[in-house]
Amino acid sequence: MQREAAIREPLILGNKSYKDITDDVVGPIQGPAPIGWKIMITISAIIAVYGVGSILYLLGTGIGVWGLNKTVGWSWDITNFVWWVGIGHAGTLISAVLLLFRQKWRMAINRSAEAMTIFAVIMAATFPGIHMGRIWVSYWVLPLPNQFGSLWVNFNSPLLWDVFAISTYFSVSLVFWYIGLIPDFATIRDRMVKPLPKKIYGILAFGWSGRAKHWTRFEEVSLVLAGIATPLVFSVHSIVSMDFATSVIPGWHTTIFPPYFVSGAVFSGFAMVQTLLLIMRKGMKLENYIHVKHVEYMNIVIIVTGSIVGVAYLTELFISWYSGVEYESYAFINRFSGPYSWSYWIMMTCNVISPQLFWFKKIRRSLIATFILSIVVNIGMWFERYVIIVTSIHRDYNPSSWGEFHPSSMDLGIFIGTLGIFFTLFLGFARFFPVLALNELKTILKSSGEAYKKQHDNH
Amino acid sequence: MNKVFHVMYDDDDTLKGAASQLVAKGIRVKDVFSPFPIHGIDPIIGVKRTRLAIASFMYATTGTTLALLGMWYFMISDWPMNIGGKPSFSLIENLPAFIPVTFEFSVLCAAHGMAITYLLRNGTLPGMPATNPDPRTTDNMFVMEITTEDNHLAADELESFIKETPLVELSIKEYK
Repeated sequence: MQREAAIREPLILGNKSYKDITDDVVGPIQGPAPIGWKIMITISAIIAVYGVGSILYLLGTGIGVWGLNKTVGWSWDITNFVWWVGIGHAGTLISAVLLLFRQKWRMAINRSAEAMTIFAVIMAATFPGIHMGRIWVSYWVLPLPNQFGSLWVNFNSPLLWDVFAISTYFSVSLVFWYIGLIPDFATIRDRMVKPLPKKIYGILAFGWSGRAKHWTRFEEVSLVLAGIATPLVFSVHSIVSMDFATSVIPGWHTTIFPPYFVSGAVFSGFAMVQTLLLIMRKGMKLENYIHVKHVEYMNIVIIVTGSIVGVAYLTELFISWYSGVEYESYAFINRFSGPYSWSYWIMMTCNVISPQLFWFKKIRRSLIATFILSIVVNIGMWFERYVIIVTSIHRDYNPSSWGEFHPSSMDLGIFIGTLGIFFTLFLGFARFFPVLALNELKTILKSSGEAYKKQHDNH
Repeated sequence: MNKVFHVMYDDDDTLKGAASQLVAKGIRVKDVFSPFPIHGIDPIIGVKRTRLAIASFMYATTGTTLALLGMWYFMISDWPMNIGGKPSFSLIENLPAFIPVTFEFSVLCAAHGMAITYLLRNGTLPGMPATNPDPRTTDNMFVMEITTEDNHLAADELESFIKETPLVELSIKEYK
């Protein structure tokens, strides 16, 4: 049997048995919906409906309803896209990279982080979709034979790379998530008493029976998927950054972008995981599974990635001066002292200074501080994308075409709307899906469960 | 008439010990049903290592080939374009720009190919019936399946050996 050093904090608190783990996760699914959940999903759904309405209005009228103009042709739309994709990086990072590093603490959070990833990527994909204006011809991004030549899509363009990257990332994450869910759906199926839920979970469980050979294959598939999803995570946000980095706009044309974007994505993704899980563990009484140590581990990831992002900001600033290119220098001087300097300083405060507070053990292990800082980080990361996009293009080479951007009510409506859709989906997940990876948690109960660890120490 | 024994244990390590004990007596354990993977059970009951990873590699190379072939046809052969002074006249010269899509498409094929193969080989597909002998095996119980068909021993002899192990429940069913 596997043993763990006594000095390590247990990952599962309390005197839990295999049955308790099942009860704690499946119990809330079987019971009636709590009132808090009903209130939250109602609010989210109202916001979601408002967002869908705004999107339909945009599609019916054209993207002129956004505040975009000739100079600032990309703004909140692409900011929101990059922000959501960034958030969508934590799930696969937690389940794939941490699986390869054998980090057992991931098991309490990977299921919900992956769900979050999938919903965030759906929200992200909405923006380039509706940005096309005529979404009904969005299949033109695929290399399909057509009557214009055939005129093919341009495989030299980072925007097309993005199409492949985002769609691959979304579908691979979905498959990875679902393969892990199958055995847990089987657990719910076998526990359900009412015929209709039993039938539905039975279909979702694909007839899983937990045979030894199937578990061997399951573990192999998880490992190989983790192995190929790891470079995938890094490639996706690198390719998103190339949408900017391969252009010739001062402030965008930077080789530091791929690593800088990837760490920024992990940074904001973990912050969103913290925001969601701190509410979920309380609401669903999962305090024994997602406890202070898990939060601390995630905060350590936030310090590391936040510091990488901070170094990247300063490097960018230094190189713009050191390059001797006056357009490049101006782009950065304008960033911190021009008309959008307020957004630059919000970004710097939220992303560089605030995560450094996690060096203090008290703050790192405080749930309230973590919750507040996780929201601060996500505000900062939204502003990061806003700063990169808007401040770089609002003043480019030709001063006669300088301009400014003012968001319209549709910019706001669609952004808030995607938050509503996201939370509606996530709340739906929390109610009907196994929110912890049951089959994985049970494998670490004997090595990392509190009661078992105490028992080992006494021997 | 053949008999199937479903022997239930309440702990993964107990089951592993019992399996070794029975296998040492020359009894063949047909299958094990458990709520989570029991590490180390495969060599005891003779489950071979899966070849899914090899399949995945083959799907990945298929993806790489298809992506490169496609991009060569679209960009070089069928309709070469001069984009921003970077003409598309040879695959090798354009290769750096084609790497991202090649990588993504390889991953796409490897992941989906492996996932589909996994589901088909397991026979776990939407709407398939559950085959675990007891609903508790997806919760906290561990069941070993032993049949008289696989073993040379007589049913009552097999039963007495099984009863020597620290089991919780034993169900015996007959089948043709």
